[in-house]
Amino acid sequence: MKLNKREIIAKRIAQELEEGDVVNLGVGIPTLVSSFLEGKKVYLQSENGLIGMGPPPEENSVDIDLIDAGKTPVSITKGASFFDSADSFGMIRGGHLNVAILGILQIDKSGEIANWAVPNQPILGVGGAMDLVAGAKKVIVASTLFAKDGSSKLVDQLTYESSGERKVDLFVSEYATFMFTSEGVKVVDLYGDLTIEALIEKVGLPLLYEVEIAK
Amino acid sequence: MGIIVSLEEIRHVLKSDMRILVGGFGISGTPLSVLDQVLHTDIENLEIVSNNLGDNGMGLHKVFMEGKIKKAIGSFFTINKEAVVAWSKGELEIELLPQGTLAEAIRCGGAGIGGFYTKTAVGTALTKDKEIREIDGQRYVFEKGIRGDVALIKAAKADKLGNLVYHTTARNFNPVMATAADFVIAEVDEIVDVGELDPEHIVTPHIYVDYIVQSTYIKEGSEYVEVK
Repeated sequence: MKLNKREIIAKRIAQELEEGDVVNLGVGIPTLVSSFLEGKKVYLQSENGLIGMGPPPEENSVDIDLIDAGKTPVSITKGASFFDSADSFGMIRGGHLNVAILGILQIDKSGEIANWAVPNQPILGVGGAMDLVAGAKKVIVASTLFAKDGSSKLVDQLTYESSGERKVDLFVSEYATFMFTSEGVKVVDLYGDLTIEALIEKVGLPLLYEVEIAK
Repeated sequence: MGIIVSLEEIRHVLKSDMRILVGGFGISGTPLSVLDQVLHTDIENLEIVSNNLGDNGMGLHKVFMEGKIKKAIGSFFTINKEAVVAWSKGELEIELLPQGTLAEAIRCGGAGIGGFYTKTAVGTALTKDKEIREIDGQRYVFEKGIRGDVALIKAAKADKLGNLVYHTTARNFNPVMATAADFVIAEVDEIVDVGELDPEHIVTPHIYVDYIVQSTYIKEGSEYVEVK
């Protein structure tokens, strides 16, 4: 089965998760990650007060009080727990969450992200995005590499509003996975139909890589 | 026993210019019947502390549409289109806080803590005029605690003393808001005798709760409907 761009990203991220991880999935591509776990047991945290989130419920067993952070009805798995919003963000900021998987609008060469304020719109919504950026042990970005207008989301400097000073650990796109080092942006692996040279040209930034991945 | 009251009896507690904490995330855990009572009063200029301003013509959305809200403090208002329009016309003041900062500020307000330093939102537009302090090599921003004149919360069950238990993710901001206001009104689905709730399961001890009212909303499939 041929995977679409979003599924390629989700599948690659699923490889990064370890058995037993407590993981928060942002809206959009991150939610697809749970389809590619291949039996690996992880515990999904939803910042409105739940660990042990399960798949969407059958239509006749929907409980509209039981929702995820995107306000969509969900189910719970065995061993789930509920807690209030202050506890939930305490565990997020306190470094108790193994991984947060987030979408972005932009990411700069240091790994700082912009993922909350849509350009040219009033800044009136932030939700839990900044708490997750600041607090999760590991932050993985799940996003297509290019915006609708073809521009790279991986940029020299953010032009959109930053989500916080903390640098993310990994950026998984449909062409390549990037990590952020003191020497610069490093391509960890390459799996799309772009060569490393084409990738560097389209992104427009110097990229570090090991010789093996360029084959 | 004076704490179980009718919906009409709560109206005298609510006054113009008050700061009111309102529980709920979307509609889940929102005191819908109590908020409907606000519409039967002539109070105005309210300062509301809530994650968002209701949803789909329910809860705070109705209160807002009646022009009773002067200022909203919360984390996510972009889903309330009318609120965005009112803000851009200068008719509604909005103070935006990260969701975890909002929750912690209310927790502090209820726990006698004046404020706290958090690493969330350091280096962003939301904290550019706030005090930054470095502690052990990490930068934090100072945020004040939040208290309200009144808190309007929603729980699943209350006993007749005011002990509360919640249902699934409808818990959200309700337990912390119960601690952080001078007067707390809890709307509940069910009121039971004292002794019927397992003490091990009580989330909000009765000490925080001033009034209990029976909700007039029930869940039917994918919506809440009002029963009279």
